[in-house]
Amino acid sequence: MKKILILGATSAIAQATARIWAKRGDAFVLVARNEKQLEAVATDLQVRGAKSVDHTVLDLCHLQHHAALIDKAHQMLGGLDIVLIAYGVLSDQKACEKDIAEANKSLTVNFLSVVSLLTPIANRFEKQGSGVIAVISSVAGDRGRGSNYLYGSAKAGVTAFLSGLRNRLSRSGVTVLTIKPGFVDSPMTIHIAQKGFLWATPETVSKGIVKAIDRKKDVVYLPWFWWWIILIVRHLPERIFKKTGF
Amino acid sequence: MITYQSWGRYPAVEQKIHSGPRWRSESLDVRKLEGTVLPHGLGRSYGDVCLNDGNWIIPTRPLDRFISFDTQKGLLRCEAGVSLAEILQVIVPRGWFLAVTPGTKFVTVGGAIANDVHGKNHHRAGTFGCHVTQLELLRSDGQRLLCSRDSQRDLFSATVGGMGLTGLITWAEIRLTPIKSRRIDQKATKFSSLDDFFKLSAESEQQYAYTVAWIDCQSSGHNLGRGIFYAGNHCESGTLSATDKSSGLAVPFDFPGFALNGLSIRAFNWLYYHKQTRAVIENAVDYEPFFYPLDAVADWNRIYGKRGFFQYQCVVPQKDGAPIRDILTAIAKSGQGSFLAVLKVMGDKPSPGMMSFPRAGVTLALDFPNKGARTQELFARLDTIVREAGGRLYSAKDACMTAANFQRYYPDWTEFAKHIDPRFSSSFWRRVTGRSHGVRP
Repeated sequence: MKKILILGATSAIAQATARIWAKRGDAFVLVARNEKQLEAVATDLQVRGAKSVDHTVLDLCHLQHHAALIDKAHQMLGGLDIVLIAYGVLSDQKACEKDIAEANKSLTVNFLSVVSLLTPIANRFEKQGSGVIAVISSVAGDRGRGSNYLYGSAKAGVTAFLSGLRNRLSRSGVTVLTIKPGFVDSPMTIHIAQKGFLWATPETVSKGIVKAIDRKKDVVYLPWFWWWIILIVRHLPERIFKKTGF
Repeated sequence: MITYQSWGRYPAVEQKIHSGPRWRSESLDVRKLEGTVLPHGLGRSYGDVCLNDGNWIIPTRPLDRFISFDTQKGLLRCEAGVSLAEILQVIVPRGWFLAVTPGTKFVTVGGAIANDVHGKNHHRAGTFGCHVTQLELLRSDGQRLLCSRDSQRDLFSATVGGMGLTGLITWAEIRLTPIKSRRIDQKATKFSSLDDFFKLSAESEQQYAYTVAWIDCQSSGHNLGRGIFYAGNHCESGTLSATDKSSGLAVPFDFPGFALNGLSIRAFNWLYYHKQTRAVIENAVDYEPFFYPLDAVADWNRIYGKRGFFQYQCVVPQKDGAPIRDILTAIAKSGQGSFLAVLKVMGDKPSPGMMSFPRAGVTLALDFPNKGARTQELFARLDTIVREAGGRLYSAKDACMTAANFQRYYPDWTEFAKHIDPRFSSSFWRRVTGRSHGVRP
């Protein structure tokens, strides 16, 4: 039985991942903003076989509550084995270009809050000499694009932060997993009827996450073919890349 | 990817997708939409009952959460988009089973209620709706109604078998049946005529929870109505835990139209009958192949090619099944074949739904490749037999019945219409109420 803290537990990927763990009989503390949605996820996991499910309502933008939140989760579970960070806001790029406050907000949710959460978690795991930190970053962080570079730069920050953290914790027995999903067919994108072959379901992505954690991987692209796509995208010369429209 | 067709892949429609509630706490906001909406689950109904041509459908799969499971009483509450397959994964290891299950587990709870599905135990357990204790209905005017036999009784009765037209079911509570093993004690008996089928059926009803027969609808003359009779009970002891293997079989592409012809269907039926060499085989099998043999092959509907196919399921009240003989004779004469023809004697437990299909008598289900006018002509002949027998067709499987026939089969339809949500409609409903033409004028 694993003791699992999920931050952003009402996201489609988080729910699908938690269901796999629930079937294994793991114990959870769930955190998200909306109480009713959080309760719906909690009872669902309970029925699916979770050992125990507790939840706490919190907007993770409020960095000042993070340290207390981690202590509380640790207490509720009587320890901590896995932390999954699965929240994020797809920023409105145009709005961010006009208003620095918007950009600031996006960077706070997508990057700063992750740093703020992982600092006490990393210190705790380093001391206990074990633990898994799994964070959903994005392929958008691998190269800035005109259409969403604010979101992309926040995710690039997350990816770089995780890389450094992994480096620091590698000798402490702590696993740090960077998850980079491509397009995900979540309820948020239900209005797009024709999604094509690049789209994956949250269930597919979640299976990849669980497998990567079981195997103590460092970085995982989900589904796997995104590794190849990003390989190409990353190696396009800037002279050509800057002229592409995507 | 999700294409929002029906399982028969006929008729082809154009519809828009309205992203409905993703959480059961959310409301249904259709005020700004032009046209009507229809909930759509896994699209396993065959004809146009799950389609809304030129209008909107609301995918219900996002509502896929469990709410509670009382393992003492066997009461399960879940959101309407949860599939029966997902329910079985949760309940079987804990010693419970669906009180009623159709022939596929890839349907949602909402869909099972909306079509008031039945299964191999209809003679004992009645329909799926018989085991729904309560449900929540979201109406387009913003009302959120708890419906059961005690509360909103009429609306409950309209919603069970109500083809998704009375509003959006957000969650439901169902009563389960206890089991001691995931296996089924099965008895497969070959029979050579319809008379033998009815004899076997009468003998088995007391002894077996589940009965159904496959019949070879290609043979005629003295072989008319030969087939294999399956009877089963849940094993009294054994394991509950899953083997956790999926077959992985799938039909990867549409078969060309000529693949299914008189010869290949005849060969299949001949083999199916003769593969069982002994007159009676008794063994214990897993519940999956017993209840869901076709679920092992994903997308099996693609063997019928791009033109799609029809299901024809009727029930006739005659316990001796005399009209069934006429139907089988007409099919054999037409030379149009059905892969799997399924025959079952239904019980007399009443359905709570006012539009439910099942009733006491005998039901026959067949599928036919879409051969255009030839198939339609055969259906017209079969319709005449069903109508004169005082029977009816199953809406969830229909793409062809005329408005006149529907209204005769389901005399309560005018009463039912009063409970329809004014913003809800379907291709099926417009067809059978004469607001658009069916395939047959």
